[in-house]
Amino acid sequence: MEESHIEEGESQNKFEVAPALISVHPSQKSVAVTVGSDLRVFDLIESCAVNLVDESDGPFRKDSIRAIRYGASGKLFVSAGDDKLVKIWSAESWRCLYTVCSEKRVSAVAISSDDSHVCYADKFGVVWVVELDGINEGEVLPSKKGAPLLSHYCSIITSLEFSPDGRYILSADRDFKIRVTVFPKKPLEGAHEIQSFCLGHTEFITCIAFVWNPELTQGYLMSGSGDSTVRLWDITSGSLLDTCEITTLTGHSESNESEPPAQVTVTDICTISNSSLAAVAIQSFQGTLLLSCDLLAHTLSITKVIKIPGESFIPTSISVSTSTRLLWMVSGASNLPGSNHPGFSRVRAISLVETEPSSILEDEQIPGGSKLLEQLQGKVAIEESVMSAAAEAVREAMSSLLMKKQYSEEKREFRKRTRNDKKTTQ
Amino acid sequence: MDSETKPTFSKSTGLPRKRFYRARAHSNPLSDSHFPIPISPLHVDFSLHFPKFVEANSKISKKIEFADIGCGFGGLLISLATLFPDTLMIGMELRDKVTEYVKERILALRRTSSGDQYENISVVRTNSMKYIPNYFEKGQLSKMFFLFPDPHFKEKNHRRRVISTHLLDEYAYVLRAGGIVYTITDVEELGEWMRSCLEKHPMFESLTQEELDSDPVVELLCNATEEGQKVARNGGQTFRAVFRRIAYVS
Repeated sequence: MEESHIEEGESQNKFEVAPALISVHPSQKSVAVTVGSDLRVFDLIESCAVNLVDESDGPFRKDSIRAIRYGASGKLFVSAGDDKLVKIWSAESWRCLYTVCSEKRVSAVAISSDDSHVCYADKFGVVWVVELDGINEGEVLPSKKGAPLLSHYCSIITSLEFSPDGRYILSADRDFKIRVTVFPKKPLEGAHEIQSFCLGHTEFITCIAFVWNPELTQGYLMSGSGDSTVRLWDITSGSLLDTCEITTLTGHSESNESEPPAQVTVTDICTISNSSLAAVAIQSFQGTLLLSCDLLAHTLSITKVIKIPGESFIPTSISVSTSTRLLWMVSGASNLPGSNHPGFSRVRAISLVETEPSSILEDEQIPGGSKLLEQLQGKVAIEESVMSAAAEAVREAMSSLLMKKQYSEEKREFRKRTRNDKKTTQ
Repeated sequence: MDSETKPTFSKSTGLPRKRFYRARAHSNPLSDSHFPIPISPLHVDFSLHFPKFVEANSKISKKIEFADIGCGFGGLLISLATLFPDTLMIGMELRDKVTEYVKERILALRRTSSGDQYENISVVRTNSMKYIPNYFEKGQLSKMFFLFPDPHFKEKNHRRRVISTHLLDEYAYVLRAGGIVYTITDVEELGEWMRSCLEKHPMFESLTQEELDSDPVVELLCNATEEGQKVARNGGQTFRAVFRRIAYVS
């Protein structure tokens, strides 16, 4: 069974399925969705599609975007991915301010809270930093180069995050670890002081997010992983405060359906500002979970399971603005095997006002309405079979990318026999 | 008595014979590891490694302080074991068979020596370039050894070298302030590389000549290890860099 999984993984490689991603402006001025190499932005204030202006004369490539995010101030937006280009946009004029050429494919990005630095991680585990010399609207700047900041030795970094107070940069990888590094005063000279490692996950880590409110000096870190848990950490010491199992729960809610998967992957975590709540997206679960974090007792618990009825909608990415309590979700993938279409995406939203029961918004209730959906989804109606195929393709692509390949003894012996250095002697 | 029945052990010394533990000279540190990796330092059961140091709560009474990274056939560990009998130390080696040899060698030495000698050394098979934080806590170590590492001559393979600016960040994390890093090689180019990485790193400073002269460990770098002895036999040169981890605020 494991064998067949590996072969599937290998044959899938050439397609490079990428999940659709979503990010919403901190004060919900705009919302961005990416599918494959397509970056689609909708302006929620003007209620119109945004026309991206990219006058940079850097190399032009088209490949899947793997990471998008707004800066905390809402002035900057960054997109990066397999095309090895990090694009830093003004989130107001939607002009590309900087293009940074990376040597390797980019897997994660982060923007410092004062908009002075952008960090990006490549697929070989190196985190790079770019210093921004202000946001000069209307001026085309030469392309920048990143300086190496820190490195996880040859591991794919899956998530990058600045701590809310800006003191630390956190990087999570496929080798089960989260590194907390002091973000130095002179980042271009590298970040050498490691504060802690958060160790406890037993599979690749997919996402990290801070639970924070103004009363807390530091905030606590939540992390999601392929080991079907969400964990809560104290980043100063790296100690594990609590572990929340996700398996039992999805098993329970899908008990009337076929066998629940043994391990489920947490794909995205979104903490809701000024609350102790976080929304969690899970591979193969139609909807989202709300976790509540007791910051005094240091515990995590599941408070609500929100299942989306009807259509097959498994979110691949979720995002929430700091000003509203609207959870934006996207489901979809690019480069689906056996399909000529570049990619599919479906956008949904859930209202998460604490005093009211959370409600799943109908298409016409979503801010921006059908105009927004047309811009972000490409076309409004999407067949359900395509959506479930997309979810499955994303799941497979993720495990083949992040899980360690397991080879049987015979296969390993066979590989040894065909080793290059031995061929010449035979 | 056990060793008599094992053909891989020498009849006269009771030690394992190297010829039965042949391994390739190099191993790729970039490849995915298929040996067990502890989730965190708290998850490593060192009581199996140091049975004479186990206390009533089945934990060991002290923490490991020395780590020999890429310990090879374990020559340095064995010399250090008697020089620092009260310090726990561990060798880390990526090659399976070599680790097995060192393990058998230590067990045989424990059996054949008088008193509780060699009870303070052990070996694990791991990729220390990837999993150092899984074995040691922050500031736990006082000495780290990198003796005759793989030179990786090609520029595209430089990132496989065991000393690099980024890896030094992790070594600085597991070393306490005042802890010492010992490096030595017979490859001039690598010697320069290791020295320049350490010199450029803000958390390390070079030891003075007096400090080097008064450190009994320094002379072991050359003559305790199998690689060092081989270099000496062939009349080769060695290049040494010994640095101290200093307190640092970024």
